[in-house]
Amino acid sequence: MTTFNGKPRKRNLDIKVTVRKAHGDCYVVDLSGEIDVYTSPKVKEAIGELIDRGVYHLVINLEKVRYIDSTGLGVLIGGLKRVREHGGSVNLVCTNPQIKKIFDITGLVKIFGMFENEDVAMNALV
Amino acid sequence: MNPAVERAVPELVELRVPCRPEWVALARLAAATVANRLSFSLEDIEDVKLAVAEACTAVIQHSGHGEFIDLTCEALSDALRVRVHDSGRHGSPADGGPAMTFDEARVAGLGIFLIRTLMDEVSYDVHPQLGTDLLMIKRLAPGS
Repeated sequence: MTTFNGKPRKRNLDIKVTVRKAHGDCYVVDLSGEIDVYTSPKVKEAIGELIDRGVYHLVINLEKVRYIDSTGLGVLIGGLKRVREHGGSVNLVCTNPQIKKIFDITGLVKIFGMFENEDVAMNALV
Repeated sequence: MNPAVERAVPELVELRVPCRPEWVALARLAAATVANRLSFSLEDIEDVKLAVAEACTAVIQHSGHGEFIDLTCEALSDALRVRVHDSGRHGSPADGGPAMTFDEARVAGLGIFLIRTLMDEVSYDVHPQLGTDLLMIKRLAPGS
């Protein structure tokens, strides 16, 4: 934890993570805000906890994410790598053109399933 | 202000932030604000924001142990020139610095790739004693 004048400093993260169960053994992770070097540990923790509990089929909803950088991409890649070890999959919901562009130029669009809405992403889970 | 004097004053913005993750947002917003003043498109402003954030992240995660990151944004007539200075004394962001895991190196490589893709010119200036400068230029599209 960071401190200020020796006292713990309140962490004011611009990211909201909500996990909800969908049908079967599938879960949806709703992310809202900005995913960067400061906030990505919270996202990593949430996804990691699900995988630790044996959840290997995930839809990660990025519709309300305004910004993502390489640390955020790294968290998503790490999650995908872990679920694939168990025959699982991660599909993304993404409608923000700027975020789609980042997945395009990094080639990650070929690795993740990317969809315009949650229902389609859920139905496409392996 | 006298227009002649106004022209002579460089459009330079300098920002020093602590070398910690919670300050990266401020650095990228500062760069975006300067880019906005230069009439970059929204897409180009987002490119600048991400490139600056990646540069700062590289400093925080993979470079030396400087206390601060110094960001300099210079508005040129046809471009934005950004310098990110890391006063740490290890390797450049390009080589990822020392003691990284494979996964960390992969993410660092992604960050450098994004910077090189989103900006028009990128170069490093490594000073063994003074630290590392990452220099980036984003040019205005013709007619902007």
